[in-house]
Amino acid sequence: MTFSNSLELLSFHWVVYTIYAFMIISIVAWFGYNLGRKEKVKSIVRIPFYGYMAFLVIMGVGHHIFTYNAIPWVSQDITRHNTKPDARYKIEVGDHKWRLPKTPIIVQCGQTIAFDVSSDDLTYGFGLFRQDGTMVLQMQVDPGHNNDIYWTFNHNGDFDLTSTEYSGPAQYNEEGEDLMLVKHFMKVVGCDKGGKQ
Amino acid sequence: MSWKENLINGTNFNPDSLNALQKVTLRAVVMAFLFYGLVAIEGMIMRMVETGKEVAPIPEMFFHPEHFFAIMTAHPIVGIFGSTYQLVFGAFTFLVPYLTKKPLYSIKLANWTWLLITVGTAMAWFAAFAWHYAPLYTLYWPLPVDTKQFSEVGGIVFIVGVALIMLGTFGFIYNIYATIFARVGVHKDKTTKELLISGFGIDGMLNLFNKLRGKQPYSKEPALALPVVAIFRGTVDTFLDAIVILGAGVLVLVYLIADLGGLHWDMNAIDALLYKNWFWWGLDLVADGLVLIYVAGSWYLLATLITGQKLFMENVARAALMLELLVSWMVWSHHLLSDQPQPEMMKLISGEMVTAFELLTQGLALFITLVTLWKARPLKMTMELKYLLGGLVGFGLAVPAGIIQADMGLNRVLHNTQWIIGAHVHIAIIVGLYMTLYSAVYVLWPIVTNNTKLYSHKLSNAHFWLHLIGGIGMGAFMGMAGLDGMLRRHLYVHGEFNPLMIFAAVCGTMLLAAWAIFLYNIVMSVGIKGLVGIFMPAKDPTPSYGIDEELEPADDPAFAK
Repeated sequence: MTFSNSLELLSFHWVVYTIYAFMIISIVAWFGYNLGRKEKVKSIVRIPFYGYMAFLVIMGVGHHIFTYNAIPWVSQDITRHNTKPDARYKIEVGDHKWRLPKTPIIVQCGQTIAFDVSSDDLTYGFGLFRQDGTMVLQMQVDPGHNNDIYWTFNHNGDFDLTSTEYSGPAQYNEEGEDLMLVKHFMKVVGCDKGGKQ
Repeated sequence: MSWKENLINGTNFNPDSLNALQKVTLRAVVMAFLFYGLVAIEGMIMRMVETGKEVAPIPEMFFHPEHFFAIMTAHPIVGIFGSTYQLVFGAFTFLVPYLTKKPLYSIKLANWTWLLITVGTAMAWFAAFAWHYAPLYTLYWPLPVDTKQFSEVGGIVFIVGVALIMLGTFGFIYNIYATIFARVGVHKDKTTKELLISGFGIDGMLNLFNKLRGKQPYSKEPALALPVVAIFRGTVDTFLDAIVILGAGVLVLVYLIADLGGLHWDMNAIDALLYKNWFWWGLDLVADGLVLIYVAGSWYLLATLITGQKLFMENVARAALMLELLVSWMVWSHHLLSDQPQPEMMKLISGEMVTAFELLTQGLALFITLVTLWKARPLKMTMELKYLLGGLVGFGLAVPAGIIQADMGLNRVLHNTQWIIGAHVHIAIIVGLYMTLYSAVYVLWPIVTNNTKLYSHKLSNAHFWLHLIGGIGMGAFMGMAGLDGMLRRHLYVHGEFNPLMIFAAVCGTMLLAAWAIFLYNIVMSVGIKGLVGIFMPAKDPTPSYGIDEELEPADDPAFAK
């Protein structure tokens, strides 16, 4: 199983966590109901203590092993310094304003792009969003440091950019509109409908 | 008794019958619930703003960024320190002498503690209200000293307020340790070493070790009761956290005062990432050290008081508290998984692997509590038991949500979204922590108020269900909005994430209503006269409770009906 973008991952996550949430609420509710009953209660399953602890260890560690293998941007992030991207974009930010490349960013499907973002003053965030508001990716932008992220785009899209970290109210005008929002910051083209080349 | 008489005099509450320890406990608790109301109103204002100008029936000023983020800055300060800290400190100030059968080290210091935290919280809130000082609780460098956006005076008032809270915290810590280490009563013949070994849970670990080797237990009767061990252990993190927050506060204060004096120091002289690591190391001790450990200790205490039986697997629980010492100090990097300059090894080891251990330690606490309750069945479904189960559900939901986001893959699309603050933080605090604390309130109520009859059991039930459903619902809808891309520290003024934000606001209203019902029930029980009487000097200066006569808290006369 591999997730080709955040939408697939977050849909999966939504389903799994919702099932879990209903499960844990039901277990405690069942438990509470039976705490007051005088007659003997038959356990649905008997979980030995060490089995339970092993389950927790497997879930805690296995979760990371699973995501390392199923989410492509994890290994890409760890090994990014040994990777040559198809294109690199340098972006600067300061005084709540982006200084962006002069030409529009258009990415071909399957290309790996490096974004190098640096801040002159405050801590910002670098986040790409689809037109429906869902997040593609984000990172923190720490002042005085190199903040780079490598990303392979597998689906067509028209993405907006904004700061994902609070950097003071100056990010907005008095009406509350986000002044750091860059509409149609970049486009990905050339993918099939299903997201493959 | 008429409604008016009830409102003025309460049921059968007599503040003059309370001793000094009971009064100082109730003072902190009263302030905690007043601040809780403030924080619930603040939260509702923010929830309403997120539903959009077109929907929210609130004044236009709340949509202005200065106002909105000032509320967002005050909200966690009032909630965590003004309310949660006060409630926890108040409860533990009573419980440590009660459980150790020793007097509290100093009533005067306990009074200073709640006073300093109350005044400090009020100052921090006022700085946000009057000057719109709004660097948020994370204080990411150099935002708190960005005088282009914020007033220096506002910043100074805010930081002094936080410093007072930390001084109050030190007062609490000193009082707790001085009480635990006092060699009087049952600890008359104990050495400091014995108390330290017990406080850190080392005796539990050695007992387990000896059992594995087929030897006699290291200690058949540990020097400290298990809940006191949890308080002792959690207070270590409270101390370290206070040092870090105070240190950051001094740094910000020095810059602001220099700026006010015309000296514009280079903000880049402080490395933003190093500061972030330092600050999160301390701040995370509140969440992953203090809260989880205090909560585990509270669960153990409540389970034993409710059942009247010994805790299941007590040695394992003691050893787990020792393990949590190592875990809570090494997990801060999960807050920096989206910081690209942060070393990858720190992300992997501290951010992911050690953090995953929290699933183990908290899962263990949940297991031990549930089995202790199960072994004592059938149990009467009292309010304290209901709330305890609610607290277990809260952490059962919030801890895995936290472990999920402490992952390099998921954090890339969850960091700083409403998922973090909704599904994880708010469910952990509102459902997990507060329901545990409400359970403690109901257990301690007859002891601390000298068997005052609660005004209405029905209102207690209404509070329980509204709080539980409202808390889980609000966290869930915020979490769903986070998965749809909604950021947590961002201003949305057009209801971009409706209808999820409308549902979250409805659930938030339930929480606010729950608080109002709870407050009404308490005021009607103690009466306005009683409420004022709590703050009057105690006629009985006794700094302990139950040393001469034993009281069984599980036999709760307030709910006998």
